Amino acid sequence: MSDQTPILNAKDLSIFYGDNEAVKSISLPIFEKKITAIIGPSGCGKSTFLRSLNRMNDFIDGVSHHGEILYRDQDLYADSVDPVEARLRIGMVFQKANPFPKSIYRNIAWGPNINQLGGNLDLRVENALKQAALWDEVADRLDDSALNLSGGQQQRLCIARALAMEPEVILMDEPCSALDPISTLAIEDLIEELKAKYTIVIVTHNMQQAARVSDYTAFMENGVLVEFGETDQVFTRPKEKRTEEYVTGRFG
Amino acid sequence: MAELSAKKTRWNEWVLEKLFFFCAFVSVITTAAVIFILLEETLTFFETVPVLEFLTGTRWTPLLEPKHYGILPLVAGTMLIVMGAAIVALPIGVASAIFLSEYASHRARSIIKPILEILAGIPTVVYGYFALTFITPGLRVILPDTQIFNAASAAIVVGIMVLPMVASLCDDALRAVPASLRHGGYSLGATSFEVTTRIVVPAGLSGIFAAFVLAVSRAIGETMAVTLAAGATPNLTANPLESIQTMTAYIVQVSLGDTPSGSLTYQTLFAVASVLFVSTLMLNILGTWVMRRFREVYE
Ligand SMILES: Nc1ncnc2c1ncn2[C@@H]1O[C@H](COP(=O)(O)OP(=O)(O)O)[C@@H](O)[C@H]1O
Ligand SMILES: [Mg+2]
Repeated sequence: MSDQTPILNAKDLSIFYGDNEAVKSISLPIFEKKITAIIGPSGCGKSTFLRSLNRMNDFIDGVSHHGEILYRDQDLYADSVDPVEARLRIGMVFQKANPFPKSIYRNIAWGPNINQLGGNLDLRVENALKQAALWDEVADRLDDSALNLSGGQQQRLCIARALAMEPEVILMDEPCSALDPISTLAIEDLIEELKAKYTIVIVTHNMQQAARVSDYTAFMENGVLVEFGETDQVFTRPKEKRTEEYVTGRFG
Repeated sequence: MAELSAKKTRWNEWVLEKLFFFCAFVSVITTAAVIFILLEETLTFFETVPVLEFLTGTRWTPLLEPKHYGILPLVAGTMLIVMGAAIVALPIGVASAIFLSEYASHRARSIIKPILEILAGIPTVVYGYFALTFITPGLRVILPDTQIFNAASAAIVVGIMVLPMVASLCDDALRAVPASLRHGGYSLGATSFEVTTRIVVPAGLSGIFAAFVLAVSRAIGETMAVTLAAGATPNLTANPLESIQTMTAYIVQVSLGDTPSGSLTYQTLFAVASVLFVSTLMLNILGTWVMRRFREVYE
């Protein structure tokens, strides 16, 4: 595998909703400036795991974590860690586009504004929109409500919003699941390009998507990490029988 | 296959449709009738008292000699109560709603919310006595110049009265804001204070304004507690420590007396009611406009 040090590293991580163990002793490294895909059937704990990586599970009642997640050798769940700052460095794009009911401009500027990131705000907004391949479509209507955009545009806006913070890691939870094929392709191209600057973890139930965009793939089932490896290997020479059945579409 | 059967007349549907139409018709007709009577009596009143004198006169003494029919004292009294009540109820109401929807635990919520609803159901006369026996003496300790009957005490108690409603409605408005928006904010490195003040409150603003408009309407309409606490002295003043009379309080005062129908005093009731009607109407129009203007629509 890789000899890089991971930027995020889950070690023996279990996550519970009350007594229900949704993620079971997962150990999974996330390598810097790589794309890691997490695949697996619905309900296997992908989103739960992903949310633990930037402490978004903090907002769900009754969630508890065991084991640890290291962010550059620092325990993300240590008492001394400020979760707000963790989320500043580890951004997130949600399954369903969730633009704020504000203008396109103010959606992007919102995060940099409250965190006083400094620099030229207009420029920051423009860059983020360009990186998200949305600039050409919205440059002349930045003051329009973001809610007037199409679904695919809204999702790219949410990606731009995350990019404007210049995070180190971007977590994406099935970012294309509600989109048409053309918007999906646009976002996949975008993810490829973002790899140069960002570490990306993407949850998807679309096998082709995982194979197309990712460097590493993790396959989960029933809260357990079945297999993790370079995407090529996982898709063409899986070590586990379950993985082979899943990626070739033979369930059961 | 059998042929489609002939069209049937479904009598029960026909009857129900007519019944619903009748109900709608009755409510429209009664409203129209109320407005008609209001207008008619008001116009008769204006045959004796010039409109200008009524709207700009600074003395209101229809029950005393010499009689004066200037409504400004009643308007001023009403405004004192409404503004005072708004100053008490709106900030505290919004703050409690923010606490309830954004910070309170499930347990705290499940205790506080029903209490608010109970408070909203207490008869207003109780609030009136609360003002007289508790708020007024308190005010007189702090500000010895305060009259026994005074606008401040009434305004405070009306504020307390509408507070549960404001808090409860604003809480509903804030809770209607989708969690996905909050999560979007948190994922950008926002604190809960920033998410609350810069996402949730703006997104819930139209509901908050709706609560404000309702609160102000209730404050304008509140009669019993105000009469008890503020007295019945038409008084053109901006000083809340003096006794005043509001429009509704005047209407009640005259209605309870033995004013002969058709007399000029009787007609003042309708003239004052018309002013009341026009102000609440304008308030509603303003409310609708403000809500449209400031609304942040979320799907
Ligand atoms: N908010 C929640 N409260 C309780 N249980 C949950 C919650 N979210 C998810 N779960 C449970 O955790 C398991 C994993 O869910 P999730 O992480 O959403 O799976 P995936 O994203 O792979 O579809 C499921 O069994 C689900 O029922
Ligand atoms: Mg999921």
